Order: sequence, then structure tokens, then C-alpha cells
Amino acid sequence: MLTLLLQLFYTFFIIGLFNFGGGGAMISLIQNQVVSVRGWLTETAFTDITAISQTTPGPIGINCATYVGYQVMHDAGFGNLAGIIGSATATFAIVLPSFLIFFLLMKLFDKFQHDPRFIGVMGVLKPAVAGLILAACIILTFRVDWAGMTPHIEIIAENFPDWKSWALFAAAFVSTYFFKANPIVVIIASGVLGVLLY
Amino acid sequence: MVSLWQIFGVFAKIGTFTIGGGYAMIPIIEDELKRRNWIDPEEIDDVVVLAQSAPGLLAVNMAIFSGYKIRGLKGSIAATVGAVLPSFIIILAIAMAFTSFKDNLIIQRIFQGIRPVAVALILVPAVNMAKKGNKKWWTWLLMFGTAFLVAFLKVSAIWILICVISISTIIMVEKERRHKDKC
Repeated sequence: MLTLLLQLFYTFFIIGLFNFGGGGAMISLIQNQVVSVRGWLTETAFTDITAISQTTPGPIGINCATYVGYQVMHDAGFGNLAGIIGSATATFAIVLPSFLIFFLLMKLFDKFQHDPRFIGVMGVLKPAVAGLILAACIILTFRVDWAGMTPHIEIIAENFPDWKSWALFAAAFVSTYFFKANPIVVIIASGVLGVLLY
Repeated sequence: MVSLWQIFGVFAKIGTFTIGGGYAMIPIIEDELKRRNWIDPEEIDDVVVLAQSAPGLLAVNMAIFSGYKIRGLKGSIAATVGAVLPSFIIILAIAMAFTSFKDNLIIQRIFQGIRPVAVALILVPAVNMAKKGNKKWWTWLLMFGTAFLVAFLKVSAIWILICVISISTIIMVEKERRHKDKC
């Protein structure tokens, strides 16, 4: 149990340290480390967690970390108490880098804030972070396996079982991106549609 | 002097009642701080800019920075615990309940509807960021290259970030040096 807690701490500390760019970037980093690197959760379990994290109050990264911390301990066969400790560990670990950076590097940061070099690096980071978020979408949609040099790509059937799910995907993207619909309303509406359609 | 409980209380209130993550919390934090006159209004803008450029969670950075301006280290801890604790308790309760209700048929159908939508909602910030961040041909290459490496070749996102930060730092420092040599 201690090993798993230490791994949780390390994983979420790294996530907190390397997050540049808000909740979407945070979700992509957590997905990458927790699902792809560690293999703690399936793509579908993680998709559910992102939906819950976006519809409940508070910072999305905290919601996600707390939930994953509990789920990882639960899936490893530990009880509720261990789950709570897992949650607390992940949440503490994701917050800690912000504190360290603030108290150790803030003076440096204050100086560099208007430095053209610093602004330049931040500008280069933006497309990379956009690429990371894009990768998270691809991973939650397609399963990619390699047989030697040939990729084998299939749609993740738990997330996209039929054409209705693609219609929901398209409707959600169009309504939030083009018509600025509230994501919480969109998620709740899709839950209702899920009951009606399936 | 503002008490630590007051700081905790304000941030706990914001953490309990704002849905939609860090970006939704920023205007509400600004509003609360201005209304209470805890921080100089001009300083609040600095706090917001810094919170966005520093790594980590936006809402947590906001809590640390503004808590520090009000009452130093203790203030920043009180603000952060306030911003985080409500989420922690609410999500923990949901996680515990959900693990026992997961096999319920209605819950299954609800989430069948939600899953594709959750993926679409992650795509939205990716597109927004792509539009904001891509100004030259090589930034598009960097974006799609990153997506390809991470999604198809399973490269860790952390390694990509470390590479991008180090390479761009070297380039920027070199560029600045040459610029100064010319002057």
C-alpha cells in the first residue's frame, strides 16, 4: 500500500509541476500519466471521471486528482479508508508544486515575467500543450496497438459504441464551441439523452 | 487584520459554489477580493497574470498568491485549503457512492450518453489553444507532432514538455544574445 501511495504522490507531484495552461491541459496530463504511463485506469473509467470533475464544484484538476486517488486505491483492492488516504495524497501532491514554486522561484518569476526570452518560451509551450490536449482526445477515442511496425487502430467501443454516440459528440462540440453553451448543461443534457437513447 | 478563518471562509465559499474549474473561479475571486478591499485593486491584476503564467492549477495559484498578499504564508495556506477542501469532500463522497452504484442500469445509460460528450468537451480547449498559440508553420508542426508522439507512439507528455522547454529556452537565450550583439 505504501508503494502505491508513494507512486500516487510522485505522479501527481509531477503533474502539478508540469501543468501549463488550465483545466484542459491538466486533464490531458492526468490522462497521460494515470492511464497511458501507469495503466491505473481504463480509458472509459477516466472519461467518466473527467465528466464528473467538470460538473462538480471547484478546480477541475483537484476534482480529478481526488477522484483518481480514491479509484486507484479502490481498484487495487484496498478499503474506503485507504481510498480516502489515496485521495488526500493525490490532492496534496498536485497542490504542493505550486507552493514550492511560489516561495522558491517567485522573485525570479517576478523579474522574468516581462523578459522577451520568458515570453518566447511560453509562446512555444502553447502549441505543445494544445497538442497534448489533442492527444488526450485521440486516446479516449481510439485504441492504438503496435504489432511490430504496423499500427492497429480501433475505436474504443465503451466510449463510442454506435452512431448515436458520434452524433452526441458532434452536437456537444458544436454547441459548446460555436454557440458557447455551458458545458455543465451540455453534460446533464447528454445524461438525460443517454437514458432515452440506450 | 484579516483573520485566517475569514480568508479560509471566502475561498471555501468560492470553491463550493463555482462549477467549471479555474477559469470560472478567477472573476469570482477578483470580485470577492475587490469587494472586501483585502488587496490593492492594481495588485489583483498582477496576481491574475502571474497565476496564469506559473505552472500548476490556476485556482490554487490564485489562492496562494492572493492569500500571501493578505496574510503571508499562513494566509496562502488558509486560502488554498479553503479553495481545495470543498471539492475534496464533494468528490470523495461521489467517488464512494459511484463505486457502489456503477453497475446500476440507469447510471450505465446516463454515462453512455455522457462519455462521447466528455471527449468533445476536452477537444474544445484543444481547438481554442491551437487557434491562440499557432502563429507560424512550425507551431502547427509542433502541435501535431506532439499529439502524434503522445497518442500514437505513447511518449510521456512530461518528456515532451521537458524537451520543448529546454530547446526553446536555448533558442530564446541565443536569439536575445545575438540581438544584443547587433546593438
